[in-house]
Amino acid sequence: MVEPIPLTAEPALAIRDLRVSYGANPVLDGVTASLARGAMTAIIGPNGAGKSTLLKAALGLIPSLGGTALAFGKPVGQALPPIAYVPQRAAVDWDFPARALDVVLMGMYRRTGLLGRIGKAETTAAMECLSRLGMADFATRQIGALSGGQQQRVFLARALAQGAELYLLDEPFAGVDAATEAAIVTLLKSLRDEGRSIVAVHHDLSTVSAYFDRVLLLNRRTIAEGPVATTFRQEAVARTYGNQIATAIPA
Amino acid sequence: MLSALLLQSGYNAALVAIGAALLGFAAGMVGTFVNLRRRALVSDAMAHATLPGIGLGFLAMVALGGEGRALPGLLAGAALTAALGLWAVQALTRTRLTEDAAIAAVLSTFYGAGIVILTVIQTLGAGKPAGLETVLLGSTAGMLEMDAITLAIGGALVLAVLAVLRRALVMTAFDPGHAAMMGIRTRAMDTALMLLTLAVVLLGLRVVGLILIVALLVIPAAAARLWSDRAGVVAMIAGGIGAAAGHIGAALSATVPDLPTGPVIVLLCFAAFALSLILSPKRGLLRRLGHAG
Repeated sequence: MVEPIPLTAEPALAIRDLRVSYGANPVLDGVTASLARGAMTAIIGPNGAGKSTLLKAALGLIPSLGGTALAFGKPVGQALPPIAYVPQRAAVDWDFPARALDVVLMGMYRRTGLLGRIGKAETTAAMECLSRLGMADFATRQIGALSGGQQQRVFLARALAQGAELYLLDEPFAGVDAATEAAIVTLLKSLRDEGRSIVAVHHDLSTVSAYFDRVLLLNRRTIAEGPVATTFRQEAVARTYGNQIATAIPA
Repeated sequence: MLSALLLQSGYNAALVAIGAALLGFAAGMVGTFVNLRRRALVSDAMAHATLPGIGLGFLAMVALGGEGRALPGLLAGAALTAALGLWAVQALTRTRLTEDAAIAAVLSTFYGAGIVILTVIQTLGAGKPAGLETVLLGSTAGMLEMDAITLAIGGALVLAVLAVLRRALVMTAFDPGHAAMMGIRTRAMDTALMLLTLAVVLLGLRVVGLILIVALLVIPAAAARLWSDRAGVVAMIAGGIGAAAGHIGAALSATVPDLPTGPVIVLLCFAAFALSLILSPKRGLLRRLGHAG
């Protein structure tokens, strides 16, 4: 089981001077950010700003040239159990021979281990996670036969099964319909209300204020970071996106 | 033919049939994971890269005063150049070459080098090179009890490792990022999968041969995928198809003189795939036609 995280003032994810480049091109040029615990944070920035790269590099999934990432005050490598990462939908092979239940069971690998067999207890726990997302009826569906929103929910169920405290989501709303988007937001907010921390790469500027508590404005470096009400302003967003000024944002 | 299938046409033929079935089972199982991790072509390059090693192993043994035909020596050479080929694919992929170009370059170069070495060996007149070329397409005619026992032990080892690593391998293939976060060492898993594939290639040299072993890895797994949506079940079915193809193929080639074992086994694998394509409950052509009508 995952140990409970002591309630201290440590941020959910503290990134310092993180640098990544693909070939000669710097993608993250010394990003420093502190993502608050128990909040829903959106990572916003133009294409190529390094949003997905930031998540992957912070988790050590891709090599970085320098910098550190601490989750709950501990180096991410040691703090992995309570962290869940939900990849972009496009990054997943949906033709893979796995049912929704099988994917959720993957979230319990730390419990079952190398030789561990999946018994009744694990299956029951996985089904509970699926139920929580309204996906119990789809447990035995092959994942490719699910809609985009249902697929997203299966990955969130896997994160629940993992017992995660920090959820990193890469564009959770890409390619899902409005009803599913609303359902996912409701779920994420209920997770946050239980004290969990949510970080999502987000593209739709018009929904930032409705969905999120905090924003991280990113364009290879941190442009601004803070509560939506004070940070998500036209001037800062314009600086993030270069010249493309988003007129929908309050000045 | 029937007596060969029922293992009643002599001790040697029975050995061959059992050995080929074991190889088919191991290859189908490993091949499922190779397919899921999208390493089919890499495994083909690795198989072709065994050829120069077989020639070099022969030459090394002759230089040491032997006949040059001892199987362990040949396999050691094969493993060595196969590993070199795998390394070359990975090194070339790090340049601007795409993976498929790197695979094509390595596969053809190593295979060409192997053919040159074998040709030189034939003209040298040293050692006993007769039959060395059977590693290309497999030949069960000269299979001995020792070979069948090697297949049985090797196959059992491969399956034991697979049984232990199966969940980690599936998770690495499905979502390597998540697998890494669950404490799975994904690079070690990829190496393990390549070692398992190499083991199947080496075990299969005598039966199917290095040119066609990739078919025994890939085709049963592709056929099995049409029957199930669960990775574990797919692996079991693929093992079954591989075993059946190996067994029937060996029996056929024991019955019909001069029938090359490897190609027959591969054609049987394809027959299983074609049948699956037509009959599969969810994805089969029959079902689709039924929907259309």
